[in-house]
Amino acid sequence: MASETIFSIYTDVDIVLARQKGRELASELGFALTDSTLIATAISELARNIVLYAKQGEIVIKNSLVGDRVCIVVVARDKGPGIADIPQAMQDGFSTSGGLGLGLPGVKRLVDEFHLVSDANSGTTITIKKWKR
Amino acid sequence: MGDEKAKRKEERGGTVSPARLVPPAGDESTGPLLRELVSHLRKNRTQLREEWARRITEAKLLTAMTREEIFAEATSVYDNYVEVLETGAVEALQAYARNLSERIIPRGVETDEVVGIVLLLRDVLARSLFAKYQTDFQLLNRILDAYEPAANRIANTVAVGFVQERERIIRQQQEAIRELSTPVLQVRERLLILPIIGVIDPHRARQLTEQLLRGIRTNRAKVVVIDITGVAAMDATVANHLVQTVEASRLLGAIVIVTGLSPEIAQTLVTIGVDLGKMNTVGDLQGGIEEAERLLGYKVALISEPIQPIT
Amino acid sequence: MQVPILKQGQYLIASIQAALSDQDLVQLRDALAEKVGRLRARGVIVDVTVLDVMDSFASRTLRDLAHMTRLRGAETVIVGIQPEVAFSMVQLGLTLEGVDTALDLEEGLTFLDKKTKRSTSRG
Repeated sequence: MASETIFSIYTDVDIVLARQKGRELASELGFALTDSTLIATAISELARNIVLYAKQGEIVIKNSLVGDRVCIVVVARDKGPGIADIPQAMQDGFSTSGGLGLGLPGVKRLVDEFHLVSDANSGTTITIKKWKR
Repeated sequence: MGDEKAKRKEERGGTVSPARLVPPAGDESTGPLLRELVSHLRKNRTQLREEWARRITEAKLLTAMTREEIFAEATSVYDNYVEVLETGAVEALQAYARNLSERIIPRGVETDEVVGIVLLLRDVLARSLFAKYQTDFQLLNRILDAYEPAANRIANTVAVGFVQERERIIRQQQEAIRELSTPVLQVRERLLILPIIGVIDPHRARQLTEQLLRGIRTNRAKVVVIDITGVAAMDATVANHLVQTVEASRLLGAIVIVTGLSPEIAQTLVTIGVDLGKMNTVGDLQGGIEEAERLLGYKVALISEPIQPIT
Repeated sequence: MQVPILKQGQYLIASIQAALSDQDLVQLRDALAEKVGRLRARGVIVDVTVLDVMDSFASRTLRDLAHMTRLRGAETVIVGIQPEVAFSMVQLGLTLEGVDTALDLEEGLTFLDKKTKRSTSRG
């Protein structure tokens, strides 16, 4: 029942493929429609950041079982320039509205867990998790 | 949402018992005794099990279940019981207790019944030990010393498992009730009313939003009146949810009118800096409905004297 | 995947048929902005019923589309946003501010009729 899919992200078409897979997995696992949509949207945003800022990277989508609870884990990884000021990037209002910025606070609101590692040398890895309700 | 998750994890993971509560049969002092005990219980399995099932029926426990079902469960519990005595590990029993509870709770089995049957088993087994060792009083005492604490812990494990499962089910039911407790009402074509009463936490706020959005779509609503007269207080998080609800409804093409804001809630909204341009508010529900009708193009007028009921 | 644009009276109707890449969306925006002028349309309806995700890019592009067509003389209304999509949009902070929305195609047409009539009688 465990599944793991890795997408290479280069272009805007890859964004669509990755988020479709996320939705597909979510509904296979019995996530509610709203939560499937939240997952797909979060994947879309993460993949878009890769295309925009790192040019290329990958998205890993997998499911996991903790105790008797099901969750979906998405890892977005790139070797791009990294995020210089993480606190600023996570500050609400800094991003989504103007069209600049990463929209990370928004993504964080879509999911249950959000984890960000980034530095100038090794790029950015963002891990998000959403539990089945 | 986060809290609930943690709670559930705690309860499922079994905070109650570190894996080994019962001294294992290999323990120095009690080990040989428990081993002897286990082999006695294995040898007399059929007879003791039947005796136990008979006592359960006699005590009028598990009346919701048939005789065959009782016997089948009794067999499983018995085998699990002996296994715990032998290995000292209660995980398997815990899992079984949960599973059993899941099956019997919906049939109306009560906590005292579950505790009752486990105590009965304890008693049945103790009696058989008496019968076997009555000639050697000293040995009997030592056997009982080894048996008692183990048996108590088993009883405890099963009872706790049952209660936890019950709590989980109650929580589930609360959720279902919550969903029912805020109906989305259609009062006119294209006009919905959502009267919210009671405490809103982020979880319920989210549920309300989802319900309302679906309601807008299925009823093709154009105007929604959310009445929060029955809501005493609202923290900033929930107030933000309210604003999001208004925004999401607009994305579906519906206008939201919020009515019945208490002074406290009004203050919260001002404090978090809600853009009041985005929020239609009207003092009370009646005013809200009138405003909604105006937006929908209705004109309600008194056509004559109120009609007298025919007597 | 190109989005078909139909002309119906004074209006242009673009009804999206499948998931769109960023490029498809940009193409749609530009095509509509161009056609509005050439076909002298007064209103535009973009039907997004089939979109199951509306992320920041899509939302921004639709907003730009609405503003561009307005500058070119036509009102735009976005119709058919699904409840779950609306929910996740507001969570992300995307509210399509300044853009008109309606439940579905029918509502969108009614909306445009009212809006264009009003501006005609005024002008």
